[in-house]
Amino acid sequence: MTPENHITEVGGTGVPIPGDDIDTDQILPARFMKEVTFDNMADYLFYDARRDDDGEFNDHPLNRFEGASIAVINSNFGCGSSREHAPQAMMRWGVDGIVGESYAEIFRDNCKSLGIPAVTTDHETVVELQEWIEANPDGNIDIDVENEEVTYGDTTIDVDIDDAMQEALVEGIWDTTALMYSNRSKVEETVAGLPYVEGDD
Amino acid sequence: MSNGTLYDKVWEKHKVAELPSGQDQLFIGLHLVHEVTSPQAFGMLRERDLNVAYPGRTFATTDHIAPTEAEKRKRPLTDEQSEEMLSALERNTSDNGITFFGFESGKQGITHVVAPELGLSQPGMTVACGDSHTATHGAFGSIGVGIGTSQIRDVLATGCIAADKQKVRRINVEGELGEGVYAKDIILKIIQDLGVDGGVGHVYEYGGEAIEALDMEGRLAVCNMSIEGGARAGYINPDETTYEYLEGREYVPEGEAFEERKEYWESIKSDADAKYDDVVTVDADGIDPLITWGINPGQVIEITDTVPQPDDFETRTDREAAEQALDHMDIEPGQSMLGYDVDVAFLGTCTNGRVSDFEEAAKILEGNQVDDDVRALAVPGSESVRAECEARGIDETFINAGFQWRRAGCSMCLAMNDDSLEGDEVCASSSNRNFIGRQGSKDGRTVLMSPAMVAAAAVEGEVADVREYLGDEPAGSPSGVGEAAD
Repeated sequence: MTPENHITEVGGTGVPIPGDDIDTDQILPARFMKEVTFDNMADYLFYDARRDDDGEFNDHPLNRFEGASIAVINSNFGCGSSREHAPQAMMRWGVDGIVGESYAEIFRDNCKSLGIPAVTTDHETVVELQEWIEANPDGNIDIDVENEEVTYGDTTIDVDIDDAMQEALVEGIWDTTALMYSNRSKVEETVAGLPYVEGDD
Repeated sequence: MSNGTLYDKVWEKHKVAELPSGQDQLFIGLHLVHEVTSPQAFGMLRERDLNVAYPGRTFATTDHIAPTEAEKRKRPLTDEQSEEMLSALERNTSDNGITFFGFESGKQGITHVVAPELGLSQPGMTVACGDSHTATHGAFGSIGVGIGTSQIRDVLATGCIAADKQKVRRINVEGELGEGVYAKDIILKIIQDLGVDGGVGHVYEYGGEAIEALDMEGRLAVCNMSIEGGARAGYINPDETTYEYLEGREYVPEGEAFEERKEYWESIKSDADAKYDDVVTVDADGIDPLITWGINPGQVIEITDTVPQPDDFETRTDREAAEQALDHMDIEPGQSMLGYDVDVAFLGTCTNGRVSDFEEAAKILEGNQVDDDVRALAVPGSESVRAECEARGIDETFINAGFQWRRAGCSMCLAMNDDSLEGDEVCASSSNRNFIGRQGSKDGRTVLMSPAMVAAAAVEGEVADVREYLGDEPAGSPSGVGEAAD
């Protein structure tokens, strides 16, 4: 039942998505959430930001770096709503990993649920990488989850990754349902100690 | 590391195991479900042939896509996607034995309004919902967390989430609120002081005299916007105000059982000598009403202040955000927000869609008329709120003033139903997010404020100081401001 997905390394070309505090309403506007599956979400990724007033694609990075696998973002990315639609849209668009300054917590949790490594480094390093992508749109970026490194061109930088995310990805245990399901009897013990849960719940 | 706080105690009570990743498996005592973030999770359950583990601890309602015009709530809904989402929720809840509060139940509404008023949210619980405003329930002294859809699958299948324990920041809000200043102003003040990412890695414990003085509806408004301050959860220790609110509600035990339950509630309060990771004080004494001037909920000023210069901000992030905000809102630094033209007045949401919110706004609207150029929407947070407002004649005040009196739902907070801003309209809004595009139009502009301030803006047709309607002239402000002939 658990997907045996050890994620130790992801890589590919990059796409810079510059800006601090980019909220999930920008990443995936709410009006596109009226679908009962995530199947079409890539079509709506940064829908408004990617289009000019006539609805045509503008020069937003996502339009210029089609086919990229590594998104490079700034600070507090994914703040606002808890919608998993946002990282789902990024994943379905092609993003396999994210390098950035910082993430809103629910967004980062959602990335973990989807097996998307989200690593961090400082502002200057991120900006350098974003500029490098602009100059090297076909250049490869590798995120080494296990060794906490990102390599691009001739450069290797140290990055940070949340301990639990690293452990979950490297060990292939980022799908927590099966893991927690196997603790059913322990859950029952916990429930027995809660005065507000009635017997028939 | 914190010790002896409510957060520590409730966490320990609900901790099932430590997972190999180092996270804790945490039992969720109340799982709230709505139509937008759950169908994919139920689908994942079917794919894996799993059942809902704790249907009796799971409650559902429909809010995000709910039409708020009575005639549009007839089934099938005219919007096909909305109908599909609602039907899926009805099917999923009925197949799995989950209680669903639909349109016909009289209890439908925004999850974070419905669960408190039914007494489902209680002290000492863990509450999860696929919605970031789940922090709201912390008002009772519980841990409320917003989760993504894969985590909804986790809760449905196992009753649990995998979670990291956070640091606890105690926020003492001191002082007394003047007339025309409300719980909403307190939380805007906190976000102004601590920033939109100030709470990352933390839960907020709110306390101090200004918090203790709030009624439950005010406390719900404060905890609701914890997430706008970057904190995943926020809570207030339960006290007599909490217990009085709870007693007699549908899902709260009665008599002796109530007293027993209360012992548990008392036992999970933060100890007097509890250790916090961080303690900050916010001075709310005599603050003026607050409003946002920008595009994130930290871009806040008191109504008597002027829009700041980008250079006033210490960090590059804040300076850049200010530049972007000035451009989007079409305002200049040094300008007052008083007199900022308003096209739409929106009153409702999980922040401010409760009876007292409509009651306070009605005081402003009594004997006044909504400006001719303003489209004004009053959207009760739940059908129970609507019923109570109607029983007390509050709806009449709104209707007579020129407001549209609607049915319950999230409505124009995020415009997933028909209620939306058009073009670059400006909305005076009692909601929680002023992000670009949030209210349904990418050029739309949102000014967040308290419900009473929304009512004053509706009447003036521009951002106004509500205190001018309460017979309490703001100190230091020349009389007649904003009243020039137009």
